[in-house]
Amino acid sequence: MALKIEARRQISTRMLYLTPFIAVAATVVAGFFVFMILGSDPVESLYVFFLSPFETKYGFSELCVKAAPLIMIAIGLALGYRANIWNIGAEGQLTVGAVCGGAVALAFWDEAGIYILPLMALAGLAGGALYAAIPAFLKTRFNVNEILTSLMLTYVATLFLSVLVFGPLKDPQGYNFPQSRMFTDSATLPIIWEETRLHLGFVVALAIAVAGWVLLSRSIIGFQIRTLGSAPAAARYAGFDRTRLTWFCLMLTGALAGLAGTFEVSGPIGQLVPNISPGYGFTAIIVAFLGRLHPLGIIGSGMLMALSYMGGENAQINLGLPQAVTGVFQGMLLFFLLASDFLVRYRVRVVKPAVEGI
Amino acid sequence: MEPGHDVVKEHPRLELRGITKAFPGVIANSDVGFEVAPGEIHALLGENGAGKSTLVKQIYGILKPDAGEIVWDGREVDIPNPHTARALGIGMVFQHFSLFEAMTVLENVALGMDDPGKDRTALAKRIRDVSESYGLPLDPAREVHTLSVGERQRIEIVRCLLQSPRLLVMDEPTSVLTPQEVGKLFETLRKLKAEGCSILYISHKLNEIKELCDAATILRGGKVVAACDPKAETARSMAQLMIGAEFRSVARREAGKDTGPVRLTLKGLNMAPEMAHGVPLKNIHLALRGGEILGIAGVAGNGQGDLLAAIAGERKAASADTVTIDGKAVGRSGPAARRKLGLCTVPEERNGHGAVPDMSLTDNAMLSAHKRMGFLKAGFLDKGKSRNFAAEVIKRFDVRTPGTETAAGSLSGGNLQKFIVGREILQKPEILVVAQPTWGVDAAAAATIQQALVDLAATGSAILVISQDLDELLTLSDRIAVINAGALSDAMPAATVSVEEIGLLMGGIHGSPEDAHAKGAA
Repeated sequence: MALKIEARRQISTRMLYLTPFIAVAATVVAGFFVFMILGSDPVESLYVFFLSPFETKYGFSELCVKAAPLIMIAIGLALGYRANIWNIGAEGQLTVGAVCGGAVALAFWDEAGIYILPLMALAGLAGGALYAAIPAFLKTRFNVNEILTSLMLTYVATLFLSVLVFGPLKDPQGYNFPQSRMFTDSATLPIIWEETRLHLGFVVALAIAVAGWVLLSRSIIGFQIRTLGSAPAAARYAGFDRTRLTWFCLMLTGALAGLAGTFEVSGPIGQLVPNISPGYGFTAIIVAFLGRLHPLGIIGSGMLMALSYMGGENAQINLGLPQAVTGVFQGMLLFFLLASDFLVRYRVRVVKPAVEGI
Repeated sequence: MEPGHDVVKEHPRLELRGITKAFPGVIANSDVGFEVAPGEIHALLGENGAGKSTLVKQIYGILKPDAGEIVWDGREVDIPNPHTARALGIGMVFQHFSLFEAMTVLENVALGMDDPGKDRTALAKRIRDVSESYGLPLDPAREVHTLSVGERQRIEIVRCLLQSPRLLVMDEPTSVLTPQEVGKLFETLRKLKAEGCSILYISHKLNEIKELCDAATILRGGKVVAACDPKAETARSMAQLMIGAEFRSVARREAGKDTGPVRLTLKGLNMAPEMAHGVPLKNIHLALRGGEILGIAGVAGNGQGDLLAAIAGERKAASADTVTIDGKAVGRSGPAARRKLGLCTVPEERNGHGAVPDMSLTDNAMLSAHKRMGFLKAGFLDKGKSRNFAAEVIKRFDVRTPGTETAAGSLSGGNLQKFIVGREILQKPEILVVAQPTWGVDAAAAATIQQALVDLAATGSAILVISQDLDELLTLSDRIAVINAGALSDAMPAATVSVEEIGLLMGGIHGSPEDAHAKGAA
């Protein structure tokens, strides 16, 4: 008996959708040993990490609160990744979107009206899109690698936010704390589940996922994106404009990340602070891949990654484990996913050893 | 399956017994057996996909047979890798060369040898000696990218000859050569034969096999279907053995038929090569008329790819009026705009260029036909329409596939080619530009494709065929032009032009003095 690895003639669709589950299972198994090494009871720890958030209304609602920005950003990223356009800087676009949306909220601080939230959303969309336009311009004009530019611009955005909350946007009555005024009710997202923080943004995120699915699978733009990613020469043959698609994908991702940023500050946070996001923009990269770059898959993977944030928090509170546990689990998940992706293109067969002299 | 040898005085140089090799979903070789005598030129004949390459890869130790024996000089051997094969005395010249373009001939030869020795001056001398004694002159100091395809092949051959092989395997060696270069190669091979070296010669070109080979083994569908003496057979009878069916030939068009107005022109097209070490297109002029088939002959790598890209709009010309379609200047327009004006194209590479391998045939029908055939509704895909269109292509061009939702990449090369050519022809293009329409396609399918091109021309469409297959061009074309080193010759009537004339143009001998010089000095 021996194992033989063979290339598949065609990629396996079954494996394509099965591997995320394999990756989750492998993460749980590896997590068991991680907890054991950390010196806590592995079974209890896994329970706290993966299941306790579902026990309470609060836990479940928080899951959705955290999944909303992840889903929104990952949809945009997935469209770009399908076309081999690698925006890694969603975190920065989220930050700039939050700044723009937040700035609108503060500008209308002494006013009330139903128009303020849509205006903030528009500002967030525009801010994120324009920030992503920088790598788009550099990519299409000078062929600068968008991975590097978008990533580096993330740090610029974070520092820009700090400058603002330490300076011009600082709350005048805030005892010099580096944060803005609390937004007014008109600038705060409505809560859709009483006694929780679950806000309208979650519904918007689900709607965006469905829209993204329709765009990708049914529209000519989606077809162009899929072609460009799968066979660039064929896209050129068909006359699909690479430059225009690069702009489209980067700006769309930026806009969605910007909207997610606005929703964060106008929802759960309620003001501008130096740290808006616990790395949603980066985690969304894992969400996109775990969801197989498929908009509906991303809803599921977004919930799962939200769980890793919740589980990490619960592990901190209940088990006294370091916050880094969250990162470890997210990393393991991505690692196992990429590893098990091998099965999509290859299969492992058990073969009998060759008998001599047939 | 014995090739007809009546006296067996010594062991055959090579004997295969029951070689079987399977890949997922396909049996490439099934119980293949034949013998190659010392000093024999043995043809391995078969259509693309018949299992020829797989078989020789097992002889050269690249693949391992699932079952069967390889007997070398009467002794059963195990050939786990090419190193062992070379040690036994087996040399192989591949269809696709493995050369480093930026390195010299000497360096390339040294890299491909198991024991090149430390003394490079001595090796250079050996290269010069061997290459000259076999009539394959090579300068060891030249860099590979300055060499023609024929000269590059010489490197591969000389590399084998330096190791004094006792069996030389050649995989489709003439597909990239001009007729004159083919003649030279045959002289070399005959000289080797006279010295007792056996040659296993893989080809599907029947006339060459008749001219050169002593024995032939014919493969079809991975099995040996016949062994024959090619000199006693006709090309037609061997073709029938090869494809296992009655060979259909294309209904040749009546010569001197009236052609329509000029549809496509190129006026002074100059273009830098897209690939490093490519040749630039030089001042290309061309006028293609409705109802005619114009063939462009040429050895691979003389600017055909860039020429097609420039006509299709994948690469844009410096000024708009360099390319015109029905008088409209389109040199700066992209492929979509040109397709709208009636220009469809079939690129040389099908997987990844003419088709998206991961996508279904329905989606691949969408790829190039969505505008012309109206598969879009307000920016959304009408998959029903493209599915019907794909189904029609499959039916009309006899594409062997389970259905329209099969991924293009899982089709065999010939079937995918039929699909792509069919997809463009059924769009009823006013101008069709096709590169290598029947490359890698079996004879029956090639006839289907060629007939479809002839029929399309009969409806008044203008057709440009860029091909390395001279026989095909002579069958199809009304006029033939030759591309060499990025320059295009005048088009000559196919009925009166001679193969020798075309061959000389392909080799750049009768080009303009400047080109001939560039070729000689390059």
